[in-house]
Amino acid sequence: MQAKKRYLILFSAGVSLILLFYLQGPASKRTPNRGDDPHPHWPHFSDPLRAFIPWDQTETEDYNVRVSPRHKRDDNSGASKCRMDSCFDFSLCRRNGFKVYVYPQQKGEKISESYQNILSSIEGSRFYTSDPGQACLFVLNLDTLDRDQLSPQYVHNLKTKIQNLNLWNNGRNHLIFNLYSGTWPDYTEDLGFDIGQAMLAKASISTENFRPNFDISIPLFSKDHPRTGGERGYLKYNTIPPFRKYVLVFKGKRYLTGIGSDTRNALYHIHNAEDVVLLTTCKHGKDWQKHKDARCDKDNAEYDRYNYKEMLHNSTFCLVPRGRRLGSFRFLEALQAACVPVMLSNGWELPFSEIIDWHTAAVIGDERLLLQIPSTVRSIHQDRILSLRQQTQFLWEAYFSSVEKIVLTTLEIIQDRVLQHNARSTLMWNRLPGGLFTLPQYSSYLGDFPFFYAVLSVKPQQKFTAVIHAVTPLVSQSQPIFKLLVAVAKSQYCAQIIVLWNCDKPLPAKHRWPATSVPVIVIEGESKVMSSRFLPYDNIRTDAILSLDEDTVLSTTEVDFAFTVWQSFPERIVGYPARSHFWDSNKERWGYTSKWTNDYSMVLTGAAFYHRYYNYLYTQYLPGSLKSMVDQLSNCEDILMNFLVSAVTKMPPIKVTQKKQYKETMMGQTSRASRWADPDHFAQRQTCMNKFASWFGTMPLVHSQMRLDPVLFKDQVSILRKKYRDIERL
Amino acid sequence: MCASVKYGSRGPALIPRMKTKYRIYYITLFSVVLLGLIATGMFQFWPHSIESSAEWSLDRRSVHDAPLVRIPMSSPIPERGDLSCRMHTCFDVYRCGYNPKNKIKVYIYPLQRFVDEVGVPISSTGLSREYNDLLSAISDSDFYTDDVSRACLFIPSIDVLNQNSLRIRETAQALAMLPRWDKGMNHLLFNMLPGGPPDYNTALDVPRDRALLAGGGFSTWTYRQGYDVSIPVYSPLSVEVDLPERQPGPRRYFILSSQTAIHREYRVELERLKEENGEALLLLDKCSNLSQGLASVRKRCYKGQVYDYPQILQESSFCVVLRGARLGQATLSDVLQAGCVPVIMADSYILPFSEVLDWKRASVVIPEEKLPEMYTILKSIPHRQVEEMQRQARWFWEAYFSSMKAIGMTTLQIINDRIYPYAALTYEEWNNPPVVKWTSVNSPLFLPLIPPRSPGFTAVVLTYDRIESLFRVITEISKVPSLAKLLVVWNNQNKSPPEAIDGLSLDQTHMVERSECINKFASVFATMPLKVVEHRADPVLYKDDFPEKLKSFPNIGSL
Repeated sequence: MQAKKRYLILFSAGVSLILLFYLQGPASKRTPNRGDDPHPHWPHFSDPLRAFIPWDQTETEDYNVRVSPRHKRDDNSGASKCRMDSCFDFSLCRRNGFKVYVYPQQKGEKISESYQNILSSIEGSRFYTSDPGQACLFVLNLDTLDRDQLSPQYVHNLKTKIQNLNLWNNGRNHLIFNLYSGTWPDYTEDLGFDIGQAMLAKASISTENFRPNFDISIPLFSKDHPRTGGERGYLKYNTIPPFRKYVLVFKGKRYLTGIGSDTRNALYHIHNAEDVVLLTTCKHGKDWQKHKDARCDKDNAEYDRYNYKEMLHNSTFCLVPRGRRLGSFRFLEALQAACVPVMLSNGWELPFSEIIDWHTAAVIGDERLLLQIPSTVRSIHQDRILSLRQQTQFLWEAYFSSVEKIVLTTLEIIQDRVLQHNARSTLMWNRLPGGLFTLPQYSSYLGDFPFFYAVLSVKPQQKFTAVIHAVTPLVSQSQPIFKLLVAVAKSQYCAQIIVLWNCDKPLPAKHRWPATSVPVIVIEGESKVMSSRFLPYDNIRTDAILSLDEDTVLSTTEVDFAFTVWQSFPERIVGYPARSHFWDSNKERWGYTSKWTNDYSMVLTGAAFYHRYYNYLYTQYLPGSLKSMVDQLSNCEDILMNFLVSAVTKMPPIKVTQKKQYKETMMGQTSRASRWADPDHFAQRQTCMNKFASWFGTMPLVHSQMRLDPVLFKDQVSILRKKYRDIERL
Repeated sequence: MCASVKYGSRGPALIPRMKTKYRIYYITLFSVVLLGLIATGMFQFWPHSIESSAEWSLDRRSVHDAPLVRIPMSSPIPERGDLSCRMHTCFDVYRCGYNPKNKIKVYIYPLQRFVDEVGVPISSTGLSREYNDLLSAISDSDFYTDDVSRACLFIPSIDVLNQNSLRIRETAQALAMLPRWDKGMNHLLFNMLPGGPPDYNTALDVPRDRALLAGGGFSTWTYRQGYDVSIPVYSPLSVEVDLPERQPGPRRYFILSSQTAIHREYRVELERLKEENGEALLLLDKCSNLSQGLASVRKRCYKGQVYDYPQILQESSFCVVLRGARLGQATLSDVLQAGCVPVIMADSYILPFSEVLDWKRASVVIPEEKLPEMYTILKSIPHRQVEEMQRQARWFWEAYFSSMKAIGMTTLQIINDRIYPYAALTYEEWNNPPVVKWTSVNSPLFLPLIPPRSPGFTAVVLTYDRIESLFRVITEISKVPSLAKLLVVWNNQNKSPPEAIDGLSLDQTHMVERSECINKFASVFATMPLKVVEHRADPVLYKDDFPEKLKSFPNIGSL
């Protein structure tokens, strides 16, 4: 009996257990949710796996007895394609720096206007040398821009002409410019002569033929492209939201036959005549009627209904499809018009791709996905459109707006490769003010430049160096320079004072300088010329420089206040005496005025703060011709500095609270023998301005109506509540 | 006792004279079974979400369970990689399609064990620990799909991380046997150690048709720019050793060389540098006196003095990473982990992830022939930059080098950025360490524009209750010639305009509220974006003793 019961219970327990497993069975099977898939996720293997590098094999020992690593490096020079290491002789650049030689032009040799512009841009640059023995890069005197045999610009017998060049050396260290290559119907990228080991600066270059970090892709530009200066971008102000009348536009030829036809022929699929307007015409060449297809008449009629300029200015995106060649004029047109380019040219190595991050300024589409383009551009968020649009303008003005900029960018890219570890970083090229104004030889650290503080989230140093330009001998203790020294030295932000002794008299003895709490360093100018006040002296360690004339009258409060303002605007000139320029339409030239006006465009460097980088830029970037003009006249150095800084920042300088002393000086109430009193002085400054404007190719100065005063300035509150009291008492 | 009596009275009928011991035993058994049943029922009818949690699907499997595949001798071999391949020629973008999330879908082939006709495996290691980590990381990521027909990118489970452990021909045949191989279209191979003795090619020697290669140690001659991805050589020390981040700053040594297999010629040059500059340099080598073994990997020696590796790397500002037999060096990863600035001397080397990472901010690249000038070159770098580079180096390691997962995700993200370029990550997103990302200012209006007066401006008047002053503001503002539009934001939905026209700003609660707002906003921004300045913009002739009629803005200042 007892056993029976026991078995009964055992049995029921067993049944329950079976039930349990049975029920759990399907449940556990369903857990991965996709029972039919053999491996929904990568399984977790429980067995011990081996490491991919056995610990004792991290580096093979026999390597050490093998050939010298030098041989290994040179191994690749036999390869058909070139790299800087294998096809470029760096030793030529090491001797004299990066110098470019242009073969002298020969009589009877026809050179197109565009190529002439390229050559004169090089000859006008600071890289140019007329001595081939000094050169590190050579540029041909033969026009290689147009290598289309059907073109009237085509130069014949280039092959033999090049072989006859005595410095050719199989193209080593040569740079060849080209805009068009190949001809109908296939438009290959063959130049029709052997380029040897020469570098190519070529438009419409494909990724297949592009030798990375050796060739340079340049934009296609027309023969009307200005040599210097160049038009500014069309964007005058930002609109928010950033949408324009059209979303996407294109107007151009359609090729009925031959290479590059497919994409343009298919454009009508996404044309909607509302916000996506893509127009093509069949009319090109003489015999287009012969190849005419069913759509031609309709397309041509639609084509004539729209004005290209109107569309360009009123569209958010502009389609840039390949033409016969990969690049087209549409690219630069769109860029200038602040119409974000939508690239539709598979395999095109974009212009200056080595340095420009095109994702920040263009939409790179895929020809294979043409039909997705409308939905793609519509999906781009308005924040992004706003930033893409601004970037088009920055890039246009920094690298493309003139032939000179295109050429200089090309040369600077090659120079960066020569500089190697000192080359510019991506940020320097892709951020304002751009690579041409950011000289890497000055410093490899971004924080040493005035442009990147916000990006790096660092601040300029809290101290400044005062540089006093002394030209009169020390006679009495009541001279303004003594007062100035004492006032500046009292500033809490002053690190040191440098007196630049540009006076013909010998240096005064040390004890004649007043005793100050900060070190006073006296530097005797070597050549005693005007430009030496802007030399990048090694003694200047602070970011900020306070540039002073010896007769400047300035109080400690004014210095302190101006410096706090400068800390907010470290890339601009911040100072007291302001001047203005204007266009004199009678004389067809720029005029200079020191009258009291409601606006200003220059702040004189007789009492101004600016970043020490501008001293370097003034000395290194500006051509010798302008600097020697300044030195000969002993005048205009402050105008030139203002031109330079405004050209870099595209912003006006900043004037801080009014200085009455200057007003009095200018009104002739003092009898001091100042260079300001000289009547020629003024006429010279006018001449300087026009000379500078012609070198810059444009007038970089910008007017401002703003003056920065201390908060509570001249407000009717107790003087005790004001921080910069002395400024009002002056 | 009472209960047992009661039980006892009924007891005999059911369980007669049963011993207490057995009773407890059976009751326990019953309740266990009952509980089991209830539990099963619970799981049967519970919402399904709970079931798919990882614990339940975690099935411990062995690599030896993977199906065995025999490669016939005559099985086709893929072509060697085509150097002209680019995304638009060798990659089928239609497979990726239009995707609202702009995310590619990645499929991983199930694990198979490939053997040749006689049964010898194609690889001596089989699936390595690192490749397994990589594949499971991808499988756990958003990129993963198990639906082969929806996939845009295919990753073979054949481990080719180290070419040395592979039989080249058979591996190539195995690749070609993959069901979706299709001339390697859209296939991605990961390889960290390419080439083999004596030449050490810089790309994987396995013929692979059009497959993309994520390779460690590419040179400019083998790297297909915009197609291949250059990846780092993973260092196992990344997980084995925990090196806490060190604050950037000067270190005990200036330059440190820790590699063990430096070519004789280079070692001679390094030693010459050491003679010239003394204590600033530390040249370490293998320890000859230590017994060979795993432990010796973590030791380095200089003249009999033993140093812990990689800890010693943290003691130097710069660390040398010279080319070895291969261009890619695992040392680079250790050096970055230690926050030491790598000095990379490997001509023609394509740096890891160079497509997106700005190596100039984290390293110094010096041509090999300039090795003797290394000290001078490094000395010329400003201190502040060195500190930035130390921080940047460590950040690169954390974000892109620290694990196989990091390496795999970065590779996929780079390919993703190419396929959806309009949704690609920006330079800042790739390169700015979190500290900088939070504190740096990238103004949305960065272009220096001085807009003309022509479009004018829009005035926005915020109002709450104060009708009279509102009208005053409107009449004043509307006199301004440049005004294009005036927008009044009426903030009171319920209340009619009150009588009292006391200044809102004098109201104490108002100020308290505004302070609270500022604190709230600052906490959302995680920083205080407002800056205090001491200046104010005035018209140029503001409050000057000057005839009013000559001033552009005579009213300002005289109000």
